[in-house]
Amino acid sequence: MQSAKRGDWVQVHNILLEAGKRAPQVPEDTQQVPLEMWVKGFLLDHSTEIGQEAQINTVTGRIVTGKLVEIMPTYPHNFGEPQPELLTLGIELRRLLKGESR
Amino acid sequence: MNKDNSYEAVMERKQEIVKRAVGIDYEQFNRGILGFDYEGMMSGVAYDIQEMIEIQRQTGVGNTPLLELRNLTALLRKGAKKGKGARIFVKDEAANPSGSFKARRAAISVYHAHKLGFPGVIAATSGNYGAAVASQAAMRGVQCIIVQELYDSRGLGQPEILEKGRACEAYGAEVVQLTVGPELFYYFLMLLEQTGYFNASLYTPFGIAGVETLGYELAKQTLKELGRTPDAVVVTHAGGGNVTGTARGLLKAGCKDTQVIGASVDLQGLHMASDRDFNKKSFTTGHTGFGLPFATWPDRADVPRNAARPLRYLDRYVTVSQGEVFFITEALATLEGLERGPAGNTSLAAAFAIAREMDEDQILVVQETEYTGAGKHPNAQLSFARKNGIEIKQGNPRESVPGKNIIIPTTPDQIQVQEVDLERVKRSYLKNAAHLLPNNEMEYTDCLFLAEDCRAKPEWVEQEMKLLGITIKRR
Repeated sequence: MQSAKRGDWVQVHNILLEAGKRAPQVPEDTQQVPLEMWVKGFLLDHSTEIGQEAQINTVTGRIVTGKLVEIMPTYPHNFGEPQPELLTLGIELRRLLKGESR
Repeated sequence: MNKDNSYEAVMERKQEIVKRAVGIDYEQFNRGILGFDYEGMMSGVAYDIQEMIEIQRQTGVGNTPLLELRNLTALLRKGAKKGKGARIFVKDEAANPSGSFKARRAAISVYHAHKLGFPGVIAATSGNYGAAVASQAAMRGVQCIIVQELYDSRGLGQPEILEKGRACEAYGAEVVQLTVGPELFYYFLMLLEQTGYFNASLYTPFGIAGVETLGYELAKQTLKELGRTPDAVVVTHAGGGNVTGTARGLLKAGCKDTQVIGASVDLQGLHMASDRDFNKKSFTTGHTGFGLPFATWPDRADVPRNAARPLRYLDRYVTVSQGEVFFITEALATLEGLERGPAGNTSLAAAFAIAREMDEDQILVVQETEYTGAGKHPNAQLSFARKNGIEIKQGNPRESVPGKNIIIPTTPDQIQVQEVDLERVKRSYLKNAAHLLPNNEMEYTDCLFLAEDCRAKPEWVEQEMKLLGITIKRR
């Protein structure tokens, strides 16, 4: 099991509201799932394994306790895959602008 | 002493928490049963236009270029009748420090928080406003926490929002990320209470007045560069601040005849608080899921009185489909050399269709662009849509069904706007107001307030309210 040591940059997770205990105005599908929260910070405990409870110090200096879910968390988003529906659009529009047929 | 932090207990403390965290006594503006003195609040609390220009200048906000989109104008004229096809200009708001017009709102809020001595600022936002607040906080040397609604229950995050969270962290902010649900407000209140930070709400007079410089600036620029003010300005409409602030700025610059047109991406049919629907959309802002509820009842915001009152300013409100915005985003990049958006290009997609109806000597200004990046990009957003079971195809965008498909137009002429009946929106607004009136009565002051708030005659309001069973209380 991967473990983090004191001072590591980590992400913790918490359940804020359990399923079924959500605000009355939320739709049924949301009512059936919990309200979850993630936050990142520097680990305050000496050694913590993924899945264990951990205490962190956030960049604003808040102390937050939660389940350790990631060590050195990365950003998963990217530029996606090329989209066939858009790939030729630029070429076609330039042609159209020059008065050439498509 | 440990406070009771259950949902009910925190919501119960809402008023006192918010009052401390924005430093505004909203009650002093109350008039009648539900009305309030809007102009009194704006002039009494916010800064005037010259002060705001100076505050924004200090942190490099504003003074963005006004660019003529010559190739897009030429393209749209190919599909226009003879003598039609207005010139399109765009205010390149991506040139602001955090890459969007939201820097204007954040600049005023953060300046004010700093002036009052708050050690930090908090904002609840999944949009560009987060990065804007984080960037301004970095410049003013105050702490910043951004609370985002980002994930569904599978832990799948909207790419556009993931990028906005990354940007916040780049500017040194703490980012708290939540799953779908309006209870974000509950955690937001707890954070305000715990930290004693300022609520840099999008909807305070500071947050709204900050946008006035945008309308003011674009009016001055068109006047200086073209010798006249714009015939129409198209504004992407979500929470109402962009429309309200821009229109107020235009009025302050003397543009009484400029048409203010709101544009939203059509996401009708998708429930904004639904865990299932959350990742079925490709646009997380600038859409009808915010545009309509905030127009029909602005005071659903995180402050008691929302300073964004779009029905006061909208001359026209239109929608476009997701596919049309992706199309125009691609066109803007490949024909004009500007890689921007996509969400901020909602108004550009609408403008492209609206300019076709206007005369060729007329001027239409699209008042914003936003930065683009990983996640915030047509390819990223369409890849994500496909993974969530959305069909992507080329065709007629009129056949789009939000949450089912995204249709990229095959020709530029297929970009069309759909009109939203503003009178119907105003009736919904009055219906929402009626629900808040005890004993089915209102005072004449309320009638006047409602008339101002939906830019209608008091007689019309009185008549409509009567149909809803509300009468004016006679003394």
